[in-house]
Amino acid sequence: MVGSGGMGGGLLENANPLIYERSGERPVTAGEEDEQIPDSIDAREIFDLIRSINDPEHPLTLEELNVVEQVRVQVSDPESTVAVAFTPTIPHCSMATLIGLSIKVKLLRSLPQRFKLDVHITPGTHASEHAVNKQLADKERVAAALENTHLLEVVNQCLSARS
Amino acid sequence: MAAAAALEAVAPTGALWGLVQDFVMGQQEGPADQVAADVKSGSYTVLQVVEALGSSLENPEPRTRARGIQLLSQVLLQCHSLLLEKEVVHLILFYENRLKDHHLVIPSVLQGLRALSLCVALPPGLAVSVLKAIFQEVHVQSLPQVDRHTVYSIITNFMRTREEGPFVEELFEVTSCYFPIDFTPPPNDPHGIQREDLILSLRAVLAYTPRFAEFLLPLLIEKVDSEILSAKLDSLQTLNACCAVYGQKELKDFLPSLWASIRREVFQTASERVEAEGLAALNSLTACLSRSVLRADAEDLLDSFLSNILQDCRHHLCEPDMKLVWPSAKLLQAAAGASARACDHITSNVLPLLLEQFHKHSQSNQRRTILEMILGFLKLQQKWSYEDKDERPLSGFKDQLCSLVFMALTDPSTQLQLVSIRTLTVLGAQPDLLSSGDLELAVGHLYRLSFLEEDSQSCRVAALEASGTLATLYPVAFSSHLVPKLAGELCIEESDLARGDGPTKCSRHRRCLQALSAISTHASIVKETLPLLLQHLRQMNKGNTVAGISEVIAVCQSLQQVAEKCQQDPESCWYFHQTAIPCLLALAVQASMPEKEHSVLKKVLLQDEVLAAMVSVIGTATTHLSPDLAAQSVAHIVPLFLDGNITFLPENSFPGRFQPFQDGSSGQRRLVALLMAFVCSLPRNVEIPQLNQLMRELLELSCCHSCPFSSTAAAKCFAGLLNKHPAGQQLDEFLQLAVDKVEAGLSSGPYRSQAFTLLLWVTKALVLRYHPLSSCLTDRLMGLLSDPELGPAAADGFSLLMSDCTDVLTRAGHAEVRIMFRQRFFTDNVPALVRGFHAAPQDVKPNYLKGLSHVLNRLPKPVLLPELPTLLSLLLEALSCPDSVVQLSTLSCLQPLLLEAPQVMSLHIDTLVTKFLNLSSSPSMAVRIAALQCMHAVTHLPTPVLLPYKLQVIRALAKPLDDKKRLVRKEAVSARGEWFLLGSPGS
Repeated sequence: MVGSGGMGGGLLENANPLIYERSGERPVTAGEEDEQIPDSIDAREIFDLIRSINDPEHPLTLEELNVVEQVRVQVSDPESTVAVAFTPTIPHCSMATLIGLSIKVKLLRSLPQRFKLDVHITPGTHASEHAVNKQLADKERVAAALENTHLLEVVNQCLSARS
Repeated sequence: MAAAAALEAVAPTGALWGLVQDFVMGQQEGPADQVAADVKSGSYTVLQVVEALGSSLENPEPRTRARGIQLLSQVLLQCHSLLLEKEVVHLILFYENRLKDHHLVIPSVLQGLRALSLCVALPPGLAVSVLKAIFQEVHVQSLPQVDRHTVYSIITNFMRTREEGPFVEELFEVTSCYFPIDFTPPPNDPHGIQREDLILSLRAVLAYTPRFAEFLLPLLIEKVDSEILSAKLDSLQTLNACCAVYGQKELKDFLPSLWASIRREVFQTASERVEAEGLAALNSLTACLSRSVLRADAEDLLDSFLSNILQDCRHHLCEPDMKLVWPSAKLLQAAAGASARACDHITSNVLPLLLEQFHKHSQSNQRRTILEMILGFLKLQQKWSYEDKDERPLSGFKDQLCSLVFMALTDPSTQLQLVSIRTLTVLGAQPDLLSSGDLELAVGHLYRLSFLEEDSQSCRVAALEASGTLATLYPVAFSSHLVPKLAGELCIEESDLARGDGPTKCSRHRRCLQALSAISTHASIVKETLPLLLQHLRQMNKGNTVAGISEVIAVCQSLQQVAEKCQQDPESCWYFHQTAIPCLLALAVQASMPEKEHSVLKKVLLQDEVLAAMVSVIGTATTHLSPDLAAQSVAHIVPLFLDGNITFLPENSFPGRFQPFQDGSSGQRRLVALLMAFVCSLPRNVEIPQLNQLMRELLELSCCHSCPFSSTAAAKCFAGLLNKHPAGQQLDEFLQLAVDKVEAGLSSGPYRSQAFTLLLWVTKALVLRYHPLSSCLTDRLMGLLSDPELGPAAADGFSLLMSDCTDVLTRAGHAEVRIMFRQRFFTDNVPALVRGFHAAPQDVKPNYLKGLSHVLNRLPKPVLLPELPTLLSLLLEALSCPDSVVQLSTLSCLQPLLLEAPQVMSLHIDTLVTKFLNLSSSPSMAVRIAALQCMHAVTHLPTPVLLPYKLQVIRALAKPLDDKKRLVRKEAVSARGEWFLLGSPGS
């Protein structure tokens, strides 16, 4: 908590971000405990997948930084589509691509293959919105990024459970 | 030297001289102890030793001088108690003089002074003289560690009895140079000293005396202001410790700086620990200022200190963005929590401000924050009791607070409602604050909140809890304003229910019952609510309503909660018992009478679930009875069941006789469950009349042609009584009867299943109390595992043996339950179960596995872990067992084993991965979840073992990601996520 030097040890771009409360665990309903009733994949379930992703430079989660919010998750289980919009903490955040990549990788690893994923920046919240969105939508570039050991290392750190 | 001169009269003995020579010149260590022993035994005096040392003490070679002084010092260390005052004076003069000597000599000189510092006969003034000499002649801080320790010992010895006097600064210098402690114990440190030990010891020294204050406080401020977290924490904690001995005088000059540092830490820190320590230090500082006794003309620093705090914090409470409100409120509350005066000062300044802010803000979440702060200040008031009503600082704000809380109670925001319910409870806890008008309003709000809809569950629960708390304080308000409303509600409900109104009526009804039990926290209220509940039950029995099973059970649950609330008060407990139990028994007996036209409720009252609910009421109302009163009750209830003596029941004109044990109807036999609830909850020393007959009747009923409910109740009742019966001839007779009954029943015929149930319950009763016969009965039970008919039931029986019952054989019901019975059962029986498994024919093997699973499941995991490796091959085999109980239990055994014993488990990686993946598509959701949790736990095995499986597992785990159940998907996600990270950079 104290004297956080950031991941790279350099200066933080946004040293004093506003911190938001974490939502609690999703309460388990009687329906969820019933063997027979199918539970469809909904926005909260997608949000639960991504809310605990660690920010690359703060010891905080994307939820605590309000980078991801449940209202910005669109999902249709029958049509197998998921769209997630994320909001960088500042408009010039150089970590935006990395954050988007982490969200994308987390969803690729956690959702059934039938789903078509769309991860993009909340419109109007980042200076290079289009460039970042284009990179995130390009399957080959995402695959190439994950071949890069350094990038994969940072993404994995974002996806590791916080001890 | 004066000492040497005084010694000349005495002639040294030859032996002593020889020993001294051996030590000093011969460099032998032994003679020192010899000399000391001789001095102790009186062979020589200390003076003779000095005499014998003579020339070596004046030898030009410093090593020889050091050796001579060392001998003297060692002797003194052992013999200091023998010294006379005059000798001490001489020796101290000698040693002080030697401090000027060569540095090689110093360690021995310090040892000698240490010996002398232990002398009881130390004349006044000499301690000061010794310390002066040490500080003047020796630079303590640069001595080797051993010698510094000696100096500190000397200081400590003097401090025990004497003042540190003129050496405050020197003492502070030589101790404070260690602050803050920065020490990491070396590996394999034989002393086992931890950093924390040193911190606490040094803190004890630094905070020992107020005289250090002028030196210590600047040091602490400096360290709080440093960048190092541990230094901040240590300084704040030390400041906290100092406040216990300091007064206004010591703190006066440093208050502004101390406050500035603490404020900065609380406002800016990212560490919760620093914040907590800062607040604790502020609390202690304020307490210290509040405590100090002042001279008449002195300024009271508390007022100015608190005014400073208020000045720096209050404007944050009013800032519209509310950014620093919480740190400010915490600081103010830390100070206010220190004393009644501080609390008064701060509350009277802050409350008007917060009340105003509440009305300025219109958003619910801002109002909630403000109300939470108000609540914090109100709670602090509870720490202080005010004798005089007019002095209570809250009196002036009472009306404003009440109207604010009542307004918040009607806010649409659940969060704000919750805080206002808590605030109402705290206001109510202030003695004499609320007027009867306020209470009436409060009760009205609580009534409304108790009937909130399903989506405001948390508010409703909080309102019920608040009602319970406030009802203990204001029973009259609740009796007069709430009980009549609830009573009315119950009546209205019935007519509505009769018209068959929708489920909302039904749920209102249930809420009413919950409210009635929630407020039964005061004896006088119970006297109103209990008759209402019982009347309601009787009313249902009149047959003019269609009461469902769940309706009756709801009433019983309320009764049970009331009984629970009565347990701690003997008078209420007895009131409940003698009011409720005859009534319940009368209703049940009435229902069990053979009659042509059964009212619907009568049938309802005899249902398994309803009887179970009544059992729990009777048990709860009985366990806390005093033995005297319990004996009164047992004298009525046992004859009711054995002889049909119904005289003590209210409304006891029944159309037939009550003979549950003779040829009564099957309905009557079912009521043995109620007898069980009563007799099995009695304290152990209550004598049960006609016990012999009762036990025989119970045995008969347990194995006769009857419904399983009655025979099981009889078996449980028999077992419950058996468990509490003192060892001796009568117990042996009962046991013999039971064994005969079991064997006769098991051999053949229609009662095998009943006999098995009896065996099971008797075994449980004996296992719990470690009775020697229990092993015999357990073996019998184990034998039944291969019985084609009873095998599966026997396997499930192990679950019953290992679990806690709720109605009989409970600790609360005074049963004899040894705490380690599960461990003992495990040790005694698992080897036999394993042997039985290997010897059993294929078709009954699952029974053994299931029995074993139940035993393993109930055992605390820490106990189980060391045993599991020996069972591993069996567990791996059990993974292939088709029974989902066995699968589940096996998975839950393997999961911790994967975490705790990765090396052993690595050997079976292939089996584990294959089986877990298979089970992750089991039809049972619980098994799928457990299998995926195991797949997650597998990732704790060494990575090289896992890597060959990585791709296969990741592919296989894609399937459960699309499981139809969310709980399964969740486990699949976390397991698959971990497998992705294996051997990947950054993990």
